[in-house]
Amino acid sequence: MAKPKYTPVPEKKDSLKQHITKYWQLYVMMLIPVIYYIVFRYLPMAGNIIAFRRYRAGSSIFGDEWSGLKYFRQFWKDSNFWQAFRNTLLLNLKYLIISFPITIVFALLLNEIKNVGWKKVVQTISYLPHFISMVIMAGMVRELLGTRGPINSLIQSLGGQPISFISLPEWFTTIFVVSGIWQGIGWGTILYLAAMSGISPDLYEAAGLDGANKFQQCIHVTLPAILPTISTLLVLNIGQLCGSAAFEKVFLLYTPTTYKTADIIATFVYRMGLGSGNFSYATAVGLFQGLINLVLLTIANQVSKRITGSGLY
Amino acid sequence: MSNKIKASRGYRIFTVCNTILMIIICCAMLYPFLYLVAQSFSSTDAILAGKVSLVPVGFSLDTYKYIMRDGQFLPDYLNTIIYSLIGTVCALFFSALLAYPLSKSFLRGNKIIGPLIIFTMYFAGGMIPSYILMISLGLKDTVAAFILPGVLSTYYIILMRSFFVTIPSELEEAGEIDGLNRFGVFWHIALPLSKPIMATMALFYLVQYWNNWFDAFLYLDTQSKWPVAYYLRNLISTSTSAEDAAEAISVAANIKSCAMVLTALPVICVYPFIQKYFVQGMMLGGVKG
Repeated sequence: MAKPKYTPVPEKKDSLKQHITKYWQLYVMMLIPVIYYIVFRYLPMAGNIIAFRRYRAGSSIFGDEWSGLKYFRQFWKDSNFWQAFRNTLLLNLKYLIISFPITIVFALLLNEIKNVGWKKVVQTISYLPHFISMVIMAGMVRELLGTRGPINSLIQSLGGQPISFISLPEWFTTIFVVSGIWQGIGWGTILYLAAMSGISPDLYEAAGLDGANKFQQCIHVTLPAILPTISTLLVLNIGQLCGSAAFEKVFLLYTPTTYKTADIIATFVYRMGLGSGNFSYATAVGLFQGLINLVLLTIANQVSKRITGSGLY
Repeated sequence: MSNKIKASRGYRIFTVCNTILMIIICCAMLYPFLYLVAQSFSSTDAILAGKVSLVPVGFSLDTYKYIMRDGQFLPDYLNTIIYSLIGTVCALFFSALLAYPLSKSFLRGNKIIGPLIIFTMYFAGGMIPSYILMISLGLKDTVAAFILPGVLSTYYIILMRSFFVTIPSELEEAGEIDGLNRFGVFWHIALPLSKPIMATMALFYLVQYWNNWFDAFLYLDTQSKWPVAYYLRNLISTSTSAEDAAEAISVAANIKSCAMVLTALPVICVYPFIQKYFVQGMMLGGVKG
C-alpha cells in the first residue's frame, strides 16, 4: 500500500517561483551546510590547481604562475613515489585479502551463537577496538612489540632472540594487517549481521525438514542471504585499493628504516608537501592518486549497482 | 532418526568449539587493554625486567599521581572534553540541517545539491590544498581549525538522510496543520522521532573528535590548545626516538600506558550503551544509499 505523499498538491508541477515560496524554509536550513561544502570541500578541490602552478609560502591559494606538467613529470621519474604507490596497493590488497574472508567467517560464527546475552557480550567486546584512537592503537602496538614487551618476552622464553619489530621493514606488512584485523573484524560484521537478522526462520525450518544439517543450512541459507552484502562490500573495498584510509596508522607506525615497505602515497605526500615544503609537487602526487580513486570508485559503484541493484552511495 | 541424533551431536561439538573460539577472540580483543592497565599500575623495575604480562607487578599508583601532577595532561584532557562537546553539538546540528531537507524527494534543488554532496565521497581536495586553505583563511592555531574539518561528514549525512526518509509524512503534515513552519516540523517532530540515529551520530562524531590528533598536529602550534590525543602522540613518538636508552623507555612505559588508559576510558564506557542504536543505524543506511 503506497503512503500518501507529504506534498499537499504534487500533481501539477509548480513553477520555480511557487516551489521556492512554498519550500524556502527548507532551502534556508541547508544554507550554512551548503556554504560549508563549497568552502571546505569544493575550494580545496579547486586548490588542486597548484599541481599545475607554482606555489610558494605566501602566495595565493591558487599559486603564482603556470608550470604546466612539470611536477607530474618530476614525480613520474621519482622512484620514491613508485615505491609509495606500490606499497599503497600492496598493503591495501593484502589487508583486504586476509581480513575480508575472516570477517565473513566471524559473522557466520557469531550468527550461530544461540544465547542472546553471550552473543551480545562477544559483539560488544569485538566492537571495542574500533572506537580506540589510532594514537592509542599505535601506542599499544609499540608497547606489545617493544624489546621488553610480552611478545619478545615470549620469544626469549622459547629460546629466541628479541626482534625489534617496529624498525624492521619485513615485519611492517604483518603488523599492519594483524593490527587492522584486531581493530576492524568486529565492526566489520555489523552489516552482515544486519543482513542475517532479516532471514526468515521459516527458511531454516524448511531446510531442516529437508534434512540439511546446521552446516548445510549455513552454506545454503545464510550465505546466499548475505551474498549481496558480500559482493557490494567487496566491490567497494576494491574501489578503495589505492586510497589513503591507512594514512594515520602508517604515519604513526612507520620509521625511516621501514619506508621501503611502509611508505604509502598519503605519507609520501605529507612528507613532500608539509614536511619539506614542496607544495606543488605533493599536490600533483595527491591529485594523481585522487583521480585514480575517482575512476576506481566509479567503476566499483557501477559494478555493485549491476550486481545487487544498490551501490553504497 | 539416528541420523538426526548424529547431526545434533555434531552440532553440539561445534557449539562447544565455537564458544571456545569466541572466548579466545574476546581475550585477544581485550588483551592489549589489560596489558596497558597492568603496565600502568606496575613499577618501573618490573617493566624493565620484562615481568609484566597480564597483572600488575609491584603495584603502585605513582604513575597516576605523576600524570595528574604533570602540567599538560589534565589541561589537554579538559581541552579534549570541550572540543568534543562543541564539535559534536555543531556536527549533529548542521548535519541534521542538511540531511533533513535532502530526505525530501519533492525538493527540486536536491537533484543538484544531492549529487554534489555525494561527489565529495568520490573525490576530495586532498591534504595539501586543504592545508593551504586553512592557512589562508587565517585559521592556523585556532580551535576552529581543529573543529571545522570534521563538522560535516558525508557518510554520516547519508545515514541520517536514510533515517529521515522513514519518518511517516502524516506526522509531519499534522505538525503543519498545527501551525508549525518547516523548521518547527523539523525541530519538534522529525528530530524527537530520530533518537536512534541522533544517538548513533552523536557517538560517531564524539569518537571522531575525541580521537582526533592529526588536525591538532597540522594546525595547533600553541601547547595550551592541544587535545589529549595529540599529547599522547607526542608522548609515544618521543620515547621511541630514544630506543637505545632502556631506562628512558621504561620510565615512560608505565606513564604512557597510564595516559593511554585514561584517554581511552571514556569512549570505552560510553559505546556499549549506544550499541543498540548504532547497530540499528548502520543497518538502515549501511548498504542502500
